[in-house]
Amino acid sequence: MGDTENGEKARKTVFVTVGTTLFDALVRAVDSLEVKQELLKRGYTNLVIQMGRGSYTPTKSGGEDGSLAVDFFTFSSSIADYLRSASLVISHAVVAIAQSSDILLLDWICFVVYGSGSIFETLRLGKPLIVVVNEDLMDNHQIELAEELAERKHLYCARPQTLHQTIESMDLESLLPYPPGDAMPVAKLINQFLGFPDD
Amino acid sequence: MEKGNGCCSIMASSATITFFLVGMTLVMCRVLYAMYRSSKPLRKRAPQPVSTLIVLGSGGHTAEMLNLMSVLQKDRFSPRIYIAAATDNMSLQKACLFENSLADENGVGAVKTAQFMQIYRSREVGQSYVTSVWTTLLAIVHALQLMIKIRPQVILCNGPGTCIPLCAIAFLFKVLGIRWSSIFYVESIARVKRLSLSGLLLYKLRIADELFVQWPQLQRKYPRAHYVGCLM
Repeated sequence: MGDTENGEKARKTVFVTVGTTLFDALVRAVDSLEVKQELLKRGYTNLVIQMGRGSYTPTKSGGEDGSLAVDFFTFSSSIADYLRSASLVISHAVVAIAQSSDILLLDWICFVVYGSGSIFETLRLGKPLIVVVNEDLMDNHQIELAEELAERKHLYCARPQTLHQTIESMDLESLLPYPPGDAMPVAKLINQFLGFPDD
Repeated sequence: MEKGNGCCSIMASSATITFFLVGMTLVMCRVLYAMYRSSKPLRKRAPQPVSTLIVLGSGGHTAEMLNLMSVLQKDRFSPRIYIAAATDNMSLQKACLFENSLADENGVGAVKTAQFMQIYRSREVGQSYVTSVWTTLLAIVHALQLMIKIRPQVILCNGPGTCIPLCAIAFLFKVLGIRWSSIFYVESIARVKRLSLSGLLLYKLRIADELFVQWPQLQRKYPRAHYVGCLM
């Protein structure tokens, strides 16, 4: 956030990702004037879109004349870097959760994570996150998970049509960090069941 | 003579029916006993290490499972046999990485206590139903082969479907008295309000000895499940 580019004004990037899915509705939504204006109002300067297999191509923009600079690509092996340098992440459900917490629910993002060193190194970036659910594509349980985590204030949950309202009304300060999970309770119960003594 | 013959055949057939009924009753009793005994903690203490079969799903499932494996005592759960679908290369790679990292920590060849296997899947996404009859048969035979070879004392799984044939065969082994395996199923964190199909099957048919869920709502809905909080 405090990054400055050659002493110019601070660069605040919004990274949008759809993972390996097809989610034109999200790409179209972030490319809309409404969303871009809300992002500008919030002080974001750059918009980077990972558009995956979608066919809708957003319009590139250099960001002169004070508008939002827009860039996009289909896939990249360095998603982790994009996530790391972003100030806000907007994503389709599963990948998104992986960034806001330690939850790894997608092969692709797992690959990114596992690719770099230790197996349990996780992307614990604590970036503010908006999950945009794809009701056409996802099982209900994935929407349920996003909504549950939104209820617990770990992230925001939106639909493509309501994304601009979410950006307008969101309060990033109120988001709570996702507490690290713990597999010990399960291990304890399994040990008890099998008759192993407690340590 | 004819009358006698008729009488004999009637007696023979009634004997067969009786045998059949008694046999069926015995089998049913055994099945019910297996269901009843499952989910009860093992009576005798188990100071010896238990052979453990770990069924890996894919992606997030594998990550959750390896997270659990990282806190289980390696000397108690040994040897460890990892199984993943034949079409899923990533999961075994990750398990292998995990086991290697253990070996590095301990400075001994922990790889010796771990094995990695692949299993045919009954149906791939988008496969036609006609050919899936054949592939399902093949998958069952393959699962049976593997289970006869492994005969694990503990099975750890967290979905998706790959674990179902293995757990069903483990239950059959319980009924037949071949091997009493304790089956533990951990429902994925992605399941907030409803169990997955695999979880539901193992819960309703009482095949899983213990079923763990990561959200309190699920435990309220399925009271025999254990709520354990989020694993990841």
